[in-house]
Order: sequence, then structure tokens, then C-alpha cells
Amino acid sequence: MNRFAALLDRLQRDPSRLGKLRLMRDYFRDVPDPDRGFGLAALTGALSFRHAKPGLIKALIGERVDPVLFALSYDYVGDLSETAALLWPANPGGAAEHPPTLTEVVHALAETGKVELPRVLAEFLDGLDETGRWALLKLITGAMRIGASARLAKQAVAELGGKGVNEIEDLWHALKPPYLELFAWLEGRKPRPLIDDPAPFFAAMLAHALEEDDLARLSPADFRAEWKWDGIRVQAAVGEGRNGAKIVRLFSRTGEDVSAAFPDLVEMLAALPYRAFSLDGELLIRRDGLVQSFGVLQQRLNRKRVSATLLGDYPAHLRAYDLLACDGADLRALPYLERRRRLEAFVGGAGASRLDLSPQIDFKSWDWLAAARRDPATAGAGVDAAAIEGVMLKRADSIYVPGRPKGLWYKWKRDPFSIDAVLMYAQRGHGKRSSFYSDFTFGVWQAGEAGDELVPVGKAYFGFTDAELKQLDRYVRDNTMNRFGPVREIEHGKDAGLVLEIAFDGLNLSSRHKSGVAMRFPRINRIRWDKPAREADRLETLEIFLKK
Amino acid sequence: MQAADLLALKPAGLYCAAGDFYIDPVRSVERALITHAHSDHARPGHGKVLATADTLAIMAIRYGDGFAGSTQPIDYRESLRIDAVDVSFHPAGHVLGSAQIRVADAKKIAVVSGDYKRESDPTCAPFEPLACDCFVSEATFGLPVFRHSNAKAEIEKLLGSLRLFPERTHLVGAYTLGKAQRLIALLRAAGYERPIYMHGALERVTDYYARRGVVLGELRKVAGRADLAGEIVLCPPAALGDLWSRKFAEPLPVFASGWMRVRARARQGGVELPLVISDHADWDGLCATIAETGCSKLLVTHGAADALVHYFKTRGLDAEPLHIKGYGEDEAPEETSA
Repeated sequence: MNRFAALLDRLQRDPSRLGKLRLMRDYFRDVPDPDRGFGLAALTGALSFRHAKPGLIKALIGERVDPVLFALSYDYVGDLSETAALLWPANPGGAAEHPPTLTEVVHALAETGKVELPRVLAEFLDGLDETGRWALLKLITGAMRIGASARLAKQAVAELGGKGVNEIEDLWHALKPPYLELFAWLEGRKPRPLIDDPAPFFAAMLAHALEEDDLARLSPADFRAEWKWDGIRVQAAVGEGRNGAKIVRLFSRTGEDVSAAFPDLVEMLAALPYRAFSLDGELLIRRDGLVQSFGVLQQRLNRKRVSATLLGDYPAHLRAYDLLACDGADLRALPYLERRRRLEAFVGGAGASRLDLSPQIDFKSWDWLAAARRDPATAGAGVDAAAIEGVMLKRADSIYVPGRPKGLWYKWKRDPFSIDAVLMYAQRGHGKRSSFYSDFTFGVWQAGEAGDELVPVGKAYFGFTDAELKQLDRYVRDNTMNRFGPVREIEHGKDAGLVLEIAFDGLNLSSRHKSGVAMRFPRINRIRWDKPAREADRLETLEIFLKK
Repeated sequence: MQAADLLALKPAGLYCAAGDFYIDPVRSVERALITHAHSDHARPGHGKVLATADTLAIMAIRYGDGFAGSTQPIDYRESLRIDAVDVSFHPAGHVLGSAQIRVADAKKIAVVSGDYKRESDPTCAPFEPLACDCFVSEATFGLPVFRHSNAKAEIEKLLGSLRLFPERTHLVGAYTLGKAQRLIALLRAAGYERPIYMHGALERVTDYYARRGVVLGELRKVAGRADLAGEIVLCPPAALGDLWSRKFAEPLPVFASGWMRVRARARQGGVELPLVISDHADWDGLCATIAETGCSKLLVTHGAADALVHYFKTRGLDAEPLHIKGYGEDEAPEETSA
């Protein structure tokens, strides 16, 4: 456990990617099986425990520390694991002589029953130093927040055996912690693990955001354009099990199996006249031939129970844009145009109303495409324009590369909306921003009983630079009117207050918000130190965006 | 705050009506008593200033000789009558010259702690506990997550890193007044005998410490930067992120501060080696000190006041926060200490 804790501690301090890679490579090289495999699982988010959850940490610390002092500390530190590790009463005898191994900890967390777990966890914590406690609690909370992505951990593992990271990605979904066969292969002791999954997930190819000056060096002839759909990216995998039964899976972009939430799509996929395939596409809600906005799709997401009414009111639809495999052949090494040709034939022969093709946009110049992006409805998208959030550019010759390769695919989102709002409340942030006031609630003017008043319309916690964060933090501290627990009310009114230019991607009706609207992806575009609060926007201005 | 009657909060800061003076005012006033020379407590431009000789000397170094209309030095434990109250200064253990200020009339005793710590420090006189009715405590590290009572072990981390990375210049961010000199003294006490290099901004205060008899060993001003691999270079915290720092051989940013107890704070500053060393009392130090004064009234100034107020209310004290705008609060400004 101590070796793993030291790795996490050094990873979160090392600012450089190369440094992090080296730390992880050394760890995977030096630490024996199965500890290193569980370390890899922790770094890639592959560990999850049934009973060991953040709630358990809060309960344990609640028995040892005054709840008010815990709440104030958590608010300041901004990370549950670290707060609990710092507050845990020091063992008078010092840390244990033989602290538990990572493997022992993982097994205990996975296998101990609900009743016994608090005692077992407390014993572990008593036997560890602060860094050890922090690392152990990170295993439970899952979110490492140490600045090393799952992809970087896989890269480090790949380098151990002189392989490319995509070779690891291809295998990944067939592997389980502690990855003994993976390490055996990387160290040349055994052959490559066999993937025996009839409906595997292929790591998704992602696009880079297009910067305006990219266009100058890109040639329209090299690219094909498609609409960027405002739904959720999914991968549909169908294959034949050993007994000949059809296996159908619907994966999220990250490879999570979401089939259970979409029985209507699973049924459609199972009935298609193909033995085995893997489709990449967008999950949308389509009613009476009309694709609905993301706001409507959201009504169907995150429901615990998928009722018949829900299925009837929110019929799921798959709009396909890539074919990754078909009848046993991996198509990912083919150029986009060739995959597209096969995809068109596939969808054409499918004969399913819940499956269609994401159309290509016929464009001649970037200017033409820019106009289409501004107004999809008149550029061929017709009635589906409500579900479009920009355009995608894909190189005609691009093979399908897992991850986010440079120069092949671009997403060109429509310009964000923007309003000027007044800062009303602030709260401390978490993770990277912890202990700074970095969560900002802002409002716009509306007519009230006693004249105009500010009504909160959203919350933003990014968009600003580090320097601006410091200025905002200082402003919050100097202009606090009231404190409600961790929340500070900031002076706001016609003659006092800070105006923030807020950019956002869309607006939905919301019954949960006092203003009746909810923004999508709001962020602080600019701090308007120059603008008086009385000149900030009104709710009516915001409501105009609802129709867009 | 009807505060123990001896003290009241005014826009310029903590005010004693019976003696007509302010303690550590944040704006210019006619008569100021100053606990120590950090800039959020000691501002230039007052009419008359009463402080320890060391505090006055350091203020003069930083602001120039004319920083106040007139100054009057006072020794530790010397009692002085100001109008209707007796005033005395007592060691606070924070930095050289730092003091708690005791204010007493016939009925009541109030003590203003200024900034203080309980851990031993070779560069200044140790904190002296005082009994009082009303205690005004700082709370820079007023949360139970802050524990930093083992500076020696932290110094060992720095020495260990020097052995592990002899090719890297260890660039140690430390507050100009107090922390930098204490680090040097701690390094010497740990047996580190090589010359220690200093950013120009640290020179004058450090020279003053040396003149006052603090043992600091051989100190050198940074001249060429490329040839300092494996050496310790002290600089103000802000210089860690400056262009200045990038010209060293593979600089390894180190920061010595109580804030370093929280990982995110170290990460926000790009610190690779955080050293949890502070010139302020940690949570345990604050709680023990407040209890030791035997006070019935507790006023908590800059810092995380809420937790201390809560803690002592549950222990039967009359406790409340004092929101003095302009003090560091929990984000100590660059020039002060932590």
C-alpha cells in the first residue's frame, strides 16, 4: 500500500506528462504481481466496490470528528479522501510495522460484508500514515484527481513492453484486474491475450475542437462534413455467442454498457439481418419522424426504471456514422470513405425505422460550411436542425484511430450564446480549484414586486484563467454580504455588483430552477469589471434563446 | 463586538477607547500599537507607533525611516500607562520582534495575539502564555486539518531531496520576513554546512537577523544561475513562478508553508516538494493556547475563524469572529507569513 500511496502522491505533484509516465513505468516495472495490476486498475478507474463507498468514509469520520469541524474542513480542502485522511486521529503507536499490501486492501474492500466493513476499514486507516490513508480512501471514492488519466496509465503500461497504447486499448475491455496475462505478455513471458468477446467495445475515435485558424491550412477537398448531433455517442455491438445466441450490447463513449436503459434499441439491433457488427453513432430521441433536442433526450436518461410509458414517449433512435466491424472483419484500418460506403450499404440493407444514416453535408468551401453551421435548417438539415450543435469534419482518408489523434477529425461547434449576468453567490471549488472561491452563481434582472430584482439563472465554475480566478477569489472575499454555511452571498444590486459575461451552449426549460430555465455548459467568458450591474441582461433576453 | 469593553472594532481596525489607540490598524491612524512587522499588520503612515525595537527596525528597513510620524520602542514585559490602560508587549514566537499585546484596566485584561506559534524557533523568543479575560486570537490555520508541528522532519525531506536530485537546483519559496531566516537556521541545526543562496529580496531582512545574533552560516547572493545545481536557493514565494526561476539548472520548486498540508494548494502553486513548515500556530496550537489563557471571551481575527468559534462555543466560551477587512484572511498576501 505504501508503494502505491507514494506513487499517487508523486503523480499529483509532478506537473509534467513525461515525469508522470516515468513514475508509472517505474511502478509497473518494480512492483510484483498482483499489486501492480490492482494499481493499474485504480489508475484506470476499473475498481468499484459494492459496500465501500464515500458514504462509509463520511460515517467513519463522523464518529471521530465534530460534524461542523468536518464540514468546514471538507469545504476548505475540497476533497473527501484528503479531508478524512488529514482529520483521522493519529495512531498513538505510529503507523503499523507491516502496513497492508494493496492487494490485501482491494480484496478486503471487495469481499468484506457490509456489517464488518467499517471496522476493517478503520483498522487499515489506523495502520497507515497520512499519505497511505489518503491513497486508500482514493480507492474508495474512485475519482483520483491526480492529473493522470486512464489513458496515460495505459500508455505507461504499453511502454513497459514496447507496445503502442492502442494495442492496450484494443485488449482493454477483455481484461480484468489484476491483469496478470497483460503483464505476462508485455514482459514477453506469454503470448498476447486472446480476446474471446463476440461483441467487444472498440475504443472510440474522438475529434479535436476546430480552431478558427485551422481552416486556413486545411483543404476542403480532403474532408467530408457531417452534422454534429446533440445526443449521446454510442457504439452498438452485435455478435454470436458460443451457443449461437445473439449478443447485443450498447456501449457509451467510454465503453460502459448502457444496454439496459435502451431495450427498444437493443431489440432493433438484434433483429437486423447481420450476424455480427459494430456501429458508431448518435443516440437520439425521434418522435413522428422528428429528431428531438437534447433537452428531450435528457428526460429519458438517468431513469432507474425504463417503463413502457417512457419507451412510448421517448422512442430511442440510432443515427449511424461509422461501421467499425462487420461479419467478423475489423474495418477500422480502412479509410473513412471506404467505411462510409460500407456503412451506407449496411444501413440501406437494414430496413429498420429506428436506424438511419447521419447524412453528409455537400459543401464546396469553408465559407459555405460556416454558413451551414450557423443555420443548419436552410443548409439541408431541415426539421432536424433543433438537434444539431455544429458540424464534424472527417478526413476522407482517415482510418479509425482510438483516442483523439491529431489532424483527422474535427468538431466545429456552433458559436455559444452569451449574456451578461451579475455574480450573486460563490462557493469554494473542488479538485484543482480547491480552497479558492471558484463556483459562481449568477443572475439576471426580472421584474419583481418591489421593482427589478436579480434571479439566479445558473452556476459556472470554469472559463476563467488562473489569474482571473485569483481576482474573483479576492473579489468574493472583499464583497461578502452574508454567509450561509459554505456559500457566500456577494453584494449585488443596481449600484453594486460584478458583471460576468457568461457563454453557454443551449437553454432548456427547467422546473427545478427559480428562473424556469437551465443553461447547458455555462462558463465565464469574460469578467466585465467595466460594466455596471444595472446594465446586465434581463430574463426576457435569455428567454429568446429558448426558441433557438 | 462590545468586546470585553476594552476593545472595539472600527473600520480602521481594533480600537481601544480607554487608551485611544489602534492595534495593527489596516488604515493610517493617529496612534498605533504594532504586534509585528508583516505588512498586513504593520502599515506605514501612522502618526505615532509603539512596537518592539526589532519590529520598528524591520519596519524601517522595509518602508524607510520616515514610515511613521514618531516611533517609540518598548521592551518585552515592560509596562506602559496609556491614558486609562496599562499596556505591555510579550513574545509571540512568530518572527523576530513579534509580540502579543496585553491591555489592562482595573477590571479586565485583554490580550491581542497578533500572529503566533508554539513550536520552538531558533530565530525568535518563544511564545509566552498570558492569562486574560478576553483573548483576540489569529486563526490563519484554524481548521483541524492543519497540523504542522514537526519542522525538523520537513527539513529532512528537503535534505533527502537534495541527495536524490543532486542535478537540480532546489528553489525554496519562503516568506521574506521570518520564514526564510528560520529555514536557514533549521538547515544549519540539521548539519547543512554548504553556502545557502538568496534572492536579492531576502537580503536586507536576513542581514538584520544576522546582526541580531541569529546564526545563519555562509550566505551568498545569487549571481550566475546556471551553476547552482544541487544547491539551495531561497526566494520569495512569488519568484517561484517567475521567469527568474527558470534560468536555474532544472529548478525544483519547494515551498515552505502551513498551506502545504493541503495537496491542492501545493499543486495550484506548481510546487513539487511541499514543506509543511509554518510560523503560525496549527489547530492543536491554537486550541491549546486559547484554553491556556483561561479567557471567557474569545475573538477570532483573520483566518478560518468559524471552526475555532464553533469549537470554543461548544466548550462554553463566549466566542465570535472579527471580520477585519484587509487582513490576509485565509489567503495570506504575498508579503505576510504563513
